[in-house]
Amino acid sequence: MRHKIAALMLGVGALVGASAGASAMDKNVKIGVLSDMSGLYSDLGGPGSVLAAQMAIEDSGLVAKGWKIDVISGDHLNKPDVGSNLVRQWFDVDKVDIVVDVPNSGVALAVSNVVKEKNGVFIDSGAGTSDLTNAQCTPNTIHWTYDTYNLAHGTGGALVKQGGDTWFFLTADYAFGAALERDTTAVVTAAGGKVLGSVKHPLNTSDFSSFLLQAQASKAKVIGLANAGGDTSNAIKQAAEFGITSGGQKLAALLTFITDVHALGLNTAQGLNFTETFYWDMNDGTRAFSKRFAERSKNHAVPTMVHAGVYSGVTHYLKVLAAAGGNSHDGAKIVEAMKALPTDDPLFGKGTIQPNGRKIHPAYLFEVKKPSESKGPWDYYKLISTIPADQAFTPLDKSTCPLLKK
Amino acid sequence: MQALYAQLLVGLINGSFYALLSLGLAVIFGMLNIINFAHGALYMMGAFAAYFLLEYAGLNYWWALILAPLIVGLFGILLERTMLQWLTGLDHLYGLLLTFGLALIIQGVFQNYFGSSGLPYAIPSQLQGGVNLGFMYLPIYRGWVVIFSLIVCLATWYLIERTRLGAYLRAATENPTLVRAFGINVPQMITLTYGLGVGLAALAGVLSAPINQVRPLMGADLIIVVFAVVVIGGMGSIMGSIITGFALGVIEGMTKYFYPEASNTVVFVLMVLVLLVKPTGLTGRAH
Repeated sequence: MRHKIAALMLGVGALVGASAGASAMDKNVKIGVLSDMSGLYSDLGGPGSVLAAQMAIEDSGLVAKGWKIDVISGDHLNKPDVGSNLVRQWFDVDKVDIVVDVPNSGVALAVSNVVKEKNGVFIDSGAGTSDLTNAQCTPNTIHWTYDTYNLAHGTGGALVKQGGDTWFFLTADYAFGAALERDTTAVVTAAGGKVLGSVKHPLNTSDFSSFLLQAQASKAKVIGLANAGGDTSNAIKQAAEFGITSGGQKLAALLTFITDVHALGLNTAQGLNFTETFYWDMNDGTRAFSKRFAERSKNHAVPTMVHAGVYSGVTHYLKVLAAAGGNSHDGAKIVEAMKALPTDDPLFGKGTIQPNGRKIHPAYLFEVKKPSESKGPWDYYKLISTIPADQAFTPLDKSTCPLLKK
Repeated sequence: MQALYAQLLVGLINGSFYALLSLGLAVIFGMLNIINFAHGALYMMGAFAAYFLLEYAGLNYWWALILAPLIVGLFGILLERTMLQWLTGLDHLYGLLLTFGLALIIQGVFQNYFGSSGLPYAIPSQLQGGVNLGFMYLPIYRGWVVIFSLIVCLATWYLIERTRLGAYLRAATENPTLVRAFGINVPQMITLTYGLGVGLAALAGVLSAPINQVRPLMGADLIIVVFAVVVIGGMGSIMGSIITGFALGVIEGMTKYFYPEASNTVVFVLMVLVLLVKPTGLTGRAH
């Protein structure tokens, strides 16, 4: 038996390109899906992310080969302390190997530190802050789906090109909003535009009229919404009510999910521009996955890009474990192996993971269809342009991640 | 200066919702002695009732304005008959815990079926568009909300403080046994009063449906602020809750202009200050 394990470890070492000094290999994996299960982000992540993780396990076929893969889930209530305590307990008591999803940048940054301390794996799909792969990067974290740099360059860049050279921000008052405003400001000023001002609103605000009036009074050509989920949809709805869009100012909903568009209805949302890295109706691969997903999801909703990212991330993780022949439970080593292996799945296509933990794939600039253009339920987006993978995210030489300075 | 006027007006709009909701709470507390924590959930049900009426029965906003409060009010009556009435005479804490639990259950059920992002509800065609007031663009619908809720608030106040029915009601709270001796069915009156309070919450829900998304958590987000409003105004005081509702909306609006980061805490700071100086609230009487 001992020889067998040693042989296995040697094999893994060769495959993974890492030394085989870790604890014993087995075929047990425990995945913790940490998300906002009940609040404003629960539709874009939440139970759908748990489903996505389960589908990734089923599609990997590993269970039939004798692997034991469990999924547990938890609700972080959008509170960093709740999230990090739960994750600590997951590692200490429940022996979780990998944490996935974690929308809300504040929680994600806290969780990232705990996962590093426990030497686990963290694949973040739901959070936006680009700090996860810059100043606060860790050898245990991969940032999968999108980030604030990516949104800022996709949407911000496109709007400045169209002549939107003066901006006013409505910013959610926490880590994500601040990062998105910072990254978008950099894009706008680099392109010769000007930021006229910004107002910070509390997370989970239902009434935006005061903030919208300030944005209106600024006379900026573009009002940038540096918020997400329910905050974004409320702001968009009320902007229409206050005649902001009909008055000639353009709304840039920097982060918009298909669930937000669904909640707003096409009448209100039509014409909005934003960047996403996944849309269910892109090609046969995305359509097939989305159909299977919608059959099992709440209200038969199609997957958001966050759900797609969870599926894709867990798929890649399991692929690396399968290639190694077992789970070494050594987070940093596994993440290193994940970075070494190019990614390939039907949802994001072929991609790579940079040394700073940034997953690289193309991004898409979409426009919301007019009600007359929509052919059926969830047929909401028109593709405006594709941002190639090598331009969609922070260039490696601009990343401030300390891991790169070795 | 122009911006300030605009913020004042916007504050008044939010104040209308605070006033309508805190009014219902004040009526229920004043007459039933129950701290109705389910109020936010019932407000949410009002908005959902409007959505269902439109989506499944084809009945528009104006119908919803009448029917939703009736439907949700009936639901409230059911709650009162089956659960709340058994708490008469017990400590406030029992009513608070029961209604809080009910709120969580109701919200949980709606969230299970409708998710968290909510459903769209359009502004009725007659009230679309807006007028330019010079200092701001006022959406007609928002103007309607202020005027309509002011009328409803004053009518409720009149009903309770100035009519014979209201006099019976107030007498029944003071001394139920004596009022019964005059041949008045006190339990029935109490039930109807709870129905009225709940109906007011549902009405606020219908009013807010076109402005906010129809979301399962729309009430939970609001109810804590509304409780603060009731506490500041003085528990159980009808006029106090109306005035405080509008006033706090305006104060919150000002905060959003001068220091937006504090806009969701300013109400509680005020609450603390008021409680320190006048523990019964601004217009409350000591019991």
